[in-house]
Amino acid sequence: MTIEDRSNRTRPSARTSAHELERYAGLFAQRTRVMKSSAMRDLMAITQRPEVISLAGGNPDTSTFPPSSFAELTARLAVDGTARALQYGPTDGIADVKACIVEVMAAEDTHVDPQDVLVTTGGQQVLDLMCKTFVDPGDVIVAEAPTYPGAIPAFCAYQADVVQIGMDEDGMLVDELEQTLDRLEREGRRPKFVYTVPTFQNPGGVTLSLARRRRLVEVAHERELLVLEDNPYGLLRYEGDPLPTLLSLDGGEFVVYLGTFSKILSAGLRVGWAVAPRPVLDKMNLGKQGVDLCSSSLAQLFIATYFAERRWEDYVAELSALYARRRDAMLEALAEFLPAAASWTRPQGGMFVWATLPDYIDTTDLLARALEERNVAFVPGRAAYLDGRGGSSMRLNFSGSREQDIREGVRRIGEVVREQIEFYDALTGGGAPPADAEPVPRSPDPELADVLELPRRARRARRSDAR
Amino acid sequence: VSRIAVLKGGRSLERQVSLRSGAQVEDALERLGHDVLAIDVGRDLVARLRRERPDAAFVALHGRDGEDGTVQELLEIVGIPYTGSGVAACMRCADKVLAKHAFRDAAIPTPDFYAFNEAAFKELGAADAIDAIEERLGFPIVVKPADQGSALGIRFARDATEVPAALLAGFSYSDHVLLERHVAGRDLAVSILEGEPLPVVEAVPQGDDFYDFESRYEIGRTAFVCPAALDPDATAAAQAIALRAHEALGCAGVSRVDLMLGDDGDLAVLEINAIPGLTETSLLPQAADAAGIGFDALVARILDSALKAS
Repeated sequence: MTIEDRSNRTRPSARTSAHELERYAGLFAQRTRVMKSSAMRDLMAITQRPEVISLAGGNPDTSTFPPSSFAELTARLAVDGTARALQYGPTDGIADVKACIVEVMAAEDTHVDPQDVLVTTGGQQVLDLMCKTFVDPGDVIVAEAPTYPGAIPAFCAYQADVVQIGMDEDGMLVDELEQTLDRLEREGRRPKFVYTVPTFQNPGGVTLSLARRRRLVEVAHERELLVLEDNPYGLLRYEGDPLPTLLSLDGGEFVVYLGTFSKILSAGLRVGWAVAPRPVLDKMNLGKQGVDLCSSSLAQLFIATYFAERRWEDYVAELSALYARRRDAMLEALAEFLPAAASWTRPQGGMFVWATLPDYIDTTDLLARALEERNVAFVPGRAAYLDGRGGSSMRLNFSGSREQDIREGVRRIGEVVREQIEFYDALTGGGAPPADAEPVPRSPDPELADVLELPRRARRARRSDAR
Repeated sequence: VSRIAVLKGGRSLERQVSLRSGAQVEDALERLGHDVLAIDVGRDLVARLRRERPDAAFVALHGRDGEDGTVQELLEIVGIPYTGSGVAACMRCADKVLAKHAFRDAAIPTPDFYAFNEAAFKELGAADAIDAIEERLGFPIVVKPADQGSALGIRFARDATEVPAALLAGFSYSDHVLLERHVAGRDLAVSILEGEPLPVVEAVPQGDDFYDFESRYEIGRTAFVCPAALDPDATAAAQAIALRAHEALGCAGVSRVDLMLGDDGDLAVLEINAIPGLTETSLLPQAADAAGIGFDALVARILDSALKAS
């Protein structure tokens, strides 16, 4: 049977009267009602057009992985392990790949027992399994503001009430976290976990300082509160000293760790992992059995073969060197092309820069104009919030584009931002100074140095720091 | 059996909705026994139409190019009959400002408005007139891009300080922006099929965020009631005014007229969609269904009106 025949056979037969559609709508679970704006989704779909320079992706670079190497590895896998690769595996993951995970985590000075590891289908599955394990409708999850946009559908699907905590250049404001936890306690609500990307945060680009890491772990212990540490980017550091993971500071009591091969090897393999206290891991394991029984044996064995045949650290080093150049290209372009009223974070690693424009510019609208007139795309900041904030910010990815495209993309964004500012000035009678035009000296008060709310000050401070 | 090209997709901001409309239409046309040629419109549109020579084109495009007369003009040149309104009516519907002037000229009630292009602000000092506009329209003011079909870019300005940012948003989607008096009331839609008004649909927002336009046409966040719970007089009045509006703009075949039933009981026409959505949640199929016209029959009638007109 040809493909065409099959597609004809599965063509929907007469149906789709509005009544029938209503009937489906009546069957939908409550959780499907919590949806993000479809208008923004539609807008994001247009960023896929080939002529668009997209700084909107979250993609690692896969062009640097040599096809010959891929061919050799798959050939080796075929010779050594066809039967295993094509078979189901254990739910918690194949032992060979767990050994690789232990090795990767040791590179960040975090030492774990393979028995405490659950191999998952991408790191994203850990988000789902955490929610499945802990979240009843209405339960509170605490996250950063802004938070990883991809976590939002996972949290929403379980009808979590997500409370977002502000950040500055040193990551989550742990003081604000404590105040929020106090408030929630007064309201009789206990958060199920705190979700954080402490290192090179997506989308903020900032890193939780050592002092705050220590304090966050203390808070977790004092309050017996779980922390989900999402660490996809920790090994992609381009400057500065590595910081200990929350898991290593905690000793495995209140921190659940999420790792992934997506950013250090390949996102297409869809292999990630969780490290969690045993009782939590057991529940997540049960949850995973219901979702997919086990992650792909083929992908896991590919990783094991790769680790056996190649030095994975070399590839990470190669990626880091590439991304470091791209980050530099982006920071240079931002400094050159964005107007003075804009500000942005300066990541020491990872894949993202978070830029903030004057508050009267809505970046969702700006994206429409940028796409229409300049063929350039970014992620509007609102995608990283559940409470409608972030309207004047944007996430810019530098790992997935070539340096010349990054430069050209930022140049185009700069043009449309400038136009909007000039136009706003015309509308308001020729230029009320932007709210943050006054230079403010660096303040020891972390709230005043809030890089994400008042980023301009923080950027200046950071530049003077850099010496 | 006819060979029917379904035109969908394109590069408008409503591309995704259009792809869904188009897929629904393709299924229906196949069930009706037609030979379907699906075209995601792009640079090769004219070449493909010339090569494939379909008997008719079913236009399932929304937004810029597809709904504003551009594609219709090309279809006229290539000589292929197409569904829906002709070039001039599409242009009038796609431009909310032109449409409102036409309503006003035809004595069809529409909320008071002013409209400007970007140059008026940049070169003619229109900003100085904002206070007068505010005074005449009263708050809240609805600010809309003139030629954007979806909810993108529509803003409420609750006071004078919110007007500039709302204008900036509107001009992000169009070089023409409409400032319109806000009518508090019930949100109605009347679809017209071959000169006959279908039952009235009411959109009832479920959330409490009255100002959130983007949630308006999403499942779950807006409930659609069809036929709307109106007394017979109000229903008849809404249908009559919708039909007048449809005729005033010269629409043909099918259209969807959006209107408000004000708290004061007065009806006002907001705009007309020349190519109403045909997705699983769109209002036209719901209204047709309430009139006993199933989806396939609806598609068949829209297609027939195109073939008859040619």
